[in-house]
Amino acid sequence: MFAPYAIATWEAATIIAIISGLVGFFVVLRQSTFVAHALPTGAFAGAGAAALVGVSSLIGLGVFSLLSAFLMTALRRRSTKDTATALAMVFLLGLGALFLSQSGAYASSVYGLLFGQLLGVSRSEIPIIAAVAVIIVVVTLAIYRPLLRSSILPELTGAQAISEPVLETVFLILVAAVTAVALPIVGALLVFSLLTAPPAAARALTSRPHLATVLSSVIALGIVWISIALGFTTNLPVGFFVGSFGALVFVASRFIGPTRLRPARLLARHTRLDRTPT
Amino acid sequence: MIISTLLHDIVAAGFLTNPAVRTAIVVGALSATVSSVVGLFTVVRGQSFAGHALSDIGAAGGSGAALANISPLLGFVAMNLIGALTLEAFQPKRVRGRDLVTGVVLGAILGIAALLLYLDTTLTTSTGTTVSVLFGSLFTLPSNSLPLAIGIGSVSIFTIAWIYRPLLLSSVSPELAQVQGVRVRWISLVFLLALAAAVSLSALLTGAILSTALLIGPPTIATRRTHSIRSALVLSIAIGIGVTLAGILLSYDSVAWTSQGVGWPVSFCIVALLTLVFFLVPRRTHTVGEHLTKDEPRSAPTPPSSSALVSK
Repeated sequence: MFAPYAIATWEAATIIAIISGLVGFFVVLRQSTFVAHALPTGAFAGAGAAALVGVSSLIGLGVFSLLSAFLMTALRRRSTKDTATALAMVFLLGLGALFLSQSGAYASSVYGLLFGQLLGVSRSEIPIIAAVAVIIVVVTLAIYRPLLRSSILPELTGAQAISEPVLETVFLILVAAVTAVALPIVGALLVFSLLTAPPAAARALTSRPHLATVLSSVIALGIVWISIALGFTTNLPVGFFVGSFGALVFVASRFIGPTRLRPARLLARHTRLDRTPT
Repeated sequence: MIISTLLHDIVAAGFLTNPAVRTAIVVGALSATVSSVVGLFTVVRGQSFAGHALSDIGAAGGSGAALANISPLLGFVAMNLIGALTLEAFQPKRVRGRDLVTGVVLGAILGIAALLLYLDTTLTTSTGTTVSVLFGSLFTLPSNSLPLAIGIGSVSIFTIAWIYRPLLLSSVSPELAQVQGVRVRWISLVFLLALAAAVSLSALLTGAILSTALLIGPPTIATRRTHSIRSALVLSIAIGIGVTLAGILLSYDSVAWTSQGVGWPVSFCIVALLTLVFFLVPRRTHTVGEHLTKDEPRSAPTPPSSSALVSK
């Protein structure tokens, strides 16, 4: 588990957990779960493109996550946010299916790209991942206040120095950057789980934004470390553990903390369903 | 004469006589129809994410079916129905946070899909399950899956026809529906079940993770062109079937064009054509029920267009 070849995995996973906890906090606050799921799924095509062209898959993933973000922004002008997200994702996924069929070598790694791979990054890629992570943290902290304000009270952003469309674009680029870094280990389909479950749990535990941001990274770190350790010992896919633990942590957070659900109240709510307005 | 040679150039030899292609065309047209109808309500209700989540959830069923050696369609449908019930059970009453719950359920079930696909590749000799479940395998569809596909498609369409009026009303204005005595929660559950059946069908065509294309694409284009729900339905079905059949043809033809004889996958062809149509067809009206899918509070005043839509 801690053999020399596995060190890169632990280093990358730690970085991934910290940045996804940080950016994920805003994903949850801005109700962008679908975006967080669609961006990595679309970026998956990047690995295929990289294999066809013959460059590092990290570059392919980076380019396609950004492409995915810009496509979403462009499509939003022509339809609603929801459908724009869906259309951008299926378009890039379609490209992914094409690259997949055209490069035979790529087919064997499809599973790893979608559901995560323990040895998804190599030692030489750690500096790049670390650099991207530092940029993500710096940018997020630089726009922390305006982003927080616009996420909570979108109506008030007219009075701000940075306009809402600019903030949204920067936010999408941040999610894209996290995607490109996290995808090789966690897998395209489950990056979003890391971006939503820990911050959602953190928000249920505290209502203070700064504490919630830190807590979100801590929970993400816990999930990722346990998933990797279990991945090494059981040989099962990392994505399976990340998805399951994410859901578990989310459910658990609903029952502890200040805003917890009480079973009796829950039961009462569910038996009244038909009569209460939606 | 010119037309016939042109047709020969467009339709490659054996296209209409090949039994695999025939099955593909029938299943394709069927699932395009079902997806376009159900997808229109999905778009109007602003449930694109739930629609996509259900199709991803189906991947767990498809991979489970491959493990148990039963028809993938059965696996998709079973898992999607379970997914729809789970989504509805955990759905919070307020709109805020709905996506989050959908996401957490999706994450958990995708984790299970990862496990099942892993077992597929380690316990059985089939290595292509991941690709065929997620990206579709239309041309390798056995023809005996046809009756099941037709059955599931009809159930989905008839369900929509059965709840058409209350569904339309509660999609456009839940408050109004509530006042009129529509059981909004019940309608929403029945709709999710119909949606589950629809995405299972199109998962056969384009694979689990791409079935969102047929669900969201044609209705989005249709609602950009027309205000009335009926013409949107007709237009959506027409676009859906047109794009699907053209996609199947393009995929079949492309085998001859590419150097190694590996054609373009059907899912890519369909999505590429949809994108093309989306950008070529200019917008004419506001989207049906746009005020609901935009990030506005649900209590926003209903524009006259949608009330005209309901009273028709």
